[in-house]
Amino acid sequence: MVGTIPNINLAYLVPAFPLMGFLITGLAGKRLKHNQGGIIASAMIFFSFIISVVLFYLLRSSGQDSATITLFNWIAVGNMNIPFAFLIDHLSLTMMLVVTGVGSLIHVYSIGYMHDDERVNSFFAQMNLFTFSMLLLVMGANYLVLFIGWEGVGLCSYLLIGFWFKNPAFNYAARKAFIMNRIGDLGFILGIILLFFTFKSVSFSEIFAQASLMHAGGPIITLITLLLLVGAVGKSAQIPLYTWLPDAMAGPTPVSALIHAATMVTAGIYMIARSSILYNLAPITLNVITAIGLTTAIVAAIIGLRQNDIKKVLAYSTVSQLGYMFLALGLGAYSSAVFHLTTHAFFKALLFLGAGSIIHAMGGEQDIRKMGGLRKKMPITYFTFLAATLAISGIPPFSGFFSKDMILSKAFEHNVILYFLALGGALLTCFYMFRLFYLVFFGEQRLAGAHPHESPKVMTIPLIILGVLSVFGGFLNIPSLFGGNLSFSNFLQSAVSSKVSEEISSTTEIELIILSLVLLILVIGIAYRTYVRKANLPARDGEPMSIWSRIVVNKFYIDKTYMILVEKPYSSFSNFLFNKVETKVLNPIVDGIGEATSRIGILTRKLQRGNMSFYFFAMVAGILLFIVFILTI
Amino acid sequence: MKDISSAIQLIPLEHYILLSVALFSIGLMGVLFRRNTIIILMCIELMFNSVNLLVTAFAAYHSDPSGQVFVFFIMIVAAAEVAVGLSILVMMKRNVDSVDINLLNRLKW
Amino acid sequence: MAFLFYMLSAIMIISALFVVFSKNPVDSVIYLIICFIGMAGQYILLNAQFLAVVHVIVYTGAIMVLFLFVIMLLNLNKEIIVRKSKVTRISAVITGGIFFLVMVAATRQVIEIHPRYPFSGTVGLVSEVGKTLFHEFLLPFEISSVLFISAMIGAVMFGKKDEVKNFKS
Repeated sequence: MVGTIPNINLAYLVPAFPLMGFLITGLAGKRLKHNQGGIIASAMIFFSFIISVVLFYLLRSSGQDSATITLFNWIAVGNMNIPFAFLIDHLSLTMMLVVTGVGSLIHVYSIGYMHDDERVNSFFAQMNLFTFSMLLLVMGANYLVLFIGWEGVGLCSYLLIGFWFKNPAFNYAARKAFIMNRIGDLGFILGIILLFFTFKSVSFSEIFAQASLMHAGGPIITLITLLLLVGAVGKSAQIPLYTWLPDAMAGPTPVSALIHAATMVTAGIYMIARSSILYNLAPITLNVITAIGLTTAIVAAIIGLRQNDIKKVLAYSTVSQLGYMFLALGLGAYSSAVFHLTTHAFFKALLFLGAGSIIHAMGGEQDIRKMGGLRKKMPITYFTFLAATLAISGIPPFSGFFSKDMILSKAFEHNVILYFLALGGALLTCFYMFRLFYLVFFGEQRLAGAHPHESPKVMTIPLIILGVLSVFGGFLNIPSLFGGNLSFSNFLQSAVSSKVSEEISSTTEIELIILSLVLLILVIGIAYRTYVRKANLPARDGEPMSIWSRIVVNKFYIDKTYMILVEKPYSSFSNFLFNKVETKVLNPIVDGIGEATSRIGILTRKLQRGNMSFYFFAMVAGILLFIVFILTI
Repeated sequence: MKDISSAIQLIPLEHYILLSVALFSIGLMGVLFRRNTIIILMCIELMFNSVNLLVTAFAAYHSDPSGQVFVFFIMIVAAAEVAVGLSILVMMKRNVDSVDINLLNRLKW
Repeated sequence: MAFLFYMLSAIMIISALFVVFSKNPVDSVIYLIICFIGMAGQYILLNAQFLAVVHVIVYTGAIMVLFLFVIMLLNLNKEIIVRKSKVTRISAVITGGIFFLVMVAATRQVIEIHPRYPFSGTVGLVSEVGKTLFHEFLLPFEISSVLFISAMIGAVMFGKKDEVKNFKS
């Protein structure tokens, strides 16, 4: 396992480029011309991508599974010894390729999208910092380096969601994201501390080596995995901490794409996949993950059915898809989860960038009820969006089909009920995505006075590349049913230890695929009938609704529940502290100290009378006291 | 020459210490006692010299010439100090037309 | 020879007291000179001939003459009229006495030192001190010249009238 691979030290450059880009665009942002910042930032991420590709081939040709590169010895206190090291293995390489590849496309796209913003250079600085943090997260060779990236990602998401900070609602959304993440981070850091106390190390290799000797189901390992799970739930927006993600749509659209596709939300999935050895030892935690993932997938999909903001629909679909990844993790199929993460990165980035292109064209309008008929006006966006929609719905041979089908078949193996629930979620996904698609691109244009136009090339080229990836990305991991050999899963085999076999008997699988395919086509048909033939429009705000739809439109009242359960008691407690404790107790104490100091000052001022001979006396008295003090010791 | 240097053996070191301390205390008393700044400067010189004497006595008892070199340096510093101190005195006389230490009563800002 | 030491000590202490208590500053200077000559005698008794000579030249010869010059220049050779208040004077004497007692008490705790080596008559000679000075303490010796220069510049700056200011304004 340990060995030197020539030129592996190139790995330093992967995070170094975005950091450099951040420093250049951040520090010299005012001096750069309007668009130079974007070009520099995109180039930096692209260089990182190239180096990641080089690393990929280096690792492959060396025949080794992993390489650890120590940058410097970071913390050495007592028996704690934590190097600042990077771990290059198949899992982190996959993540690096996704982060830098999709990230660079999003950066290029942003050059066009953010063209008219006055703070465009600081936007790119923050984007680069975001990518840098994410790379640190996926490359770290121990939990502490991972945690730095984890926190950096949280900070950058705060900055970017609140990028248009002049709008108080956006600021509020940024704060909400930050606080929600913070709750998760608390669990995560407790988990790291507990890991350190259990294994006397935070390094992946040492912990996993020790953990593989342990028995499954121990209470400590369950507690550790649950605490780490809390962090993952916060970062990857699962129930009950998912509410920040839909609000995070306040940021510019490329930020949403970056958060949802390449960075941030995938961190939780990555962390659990990375800790797969630990999770395999904790069956209870795996069941919790399965439950959380499935609930999130279905609940978010139901909410997505009645959303009218194009970005909100996509946000809920992200939450739902992350739920699927959690489901896969909970079933022990870690490489399926990472595979779905990869394909999801392609088509979700594409969907967001397409949505950005549409919003750009509609002059900032985000309500899908006001769009329509964009098929002719924006052909490139239309086709790429179609590819992404088919991919997320799981229509073969698009990429989403392979990854989602893999998760569904795992669910079927585990439990038939689980399978049908997951399939139901997938059908809901298909419905709301086609609802969105038909409302936006078909029918008549419903917004008067708008002149939609195709976006500039700098925006459409990333769309096309992502479109190609969305279509063909699934071929990375073709199951044996279609004559493939699961190359992606096998590639990850050395880094994650899957609990279940990635294969399934082909006769069952073909039946399942046919079943889901028939249902999917049925759902698409229903969506077509409703929104294109009948041209039904979703209800306007304020129109009377049935109780059921009112609950859904209000997102199951989860935000309101949090408001009542958490925020109200918290703010009344804060008020109590302010009114009673602070003003009645703390302020008098603090004021009293100040008052006493000035009183003493007034008294002792009289000693300072300015007379030389008095000073002589004082000095001699001081010396005398000093000598006497020494003598008496 | 031999007679003189043999005197050291007769006198215990304590007596040199006592003499130095006595001279030092007198100098200290003078600093506190007088108002005339020039007398205060002279008392400071007296204190310097009592310390010099003590250091020399110790050096002699240790047969170590570096103690005497130290005394030499103290003399250098004392000479510099006198030069500066007397010029301050001259300036004081020029400005307030007196050398009374009690007139220097503005040292509180 | 011990007799010589005690006699010189008595002369020194008495003249030092006169320095403090005499009314005329010129008298104080004369008494201080007497005290310093006694101290030169003590140096000779300690077999420190070099220091004795330097002491006579520097202190009695230069510094005390400087004091006298200043007294004459500033016309200070008058009897004092105003003294400090009685309370201050008494407390000054008491403070000095207490200091003396405390220091004597401190010497009681000092471990008694006897001459460690057989006395060599050459320790205090010019050649010995010179060798030590220019071998071990050459750098401090050279640096002390910087101290002198700065003291001299400071004295000149203080002693000068504010002519520069007048030129500028």
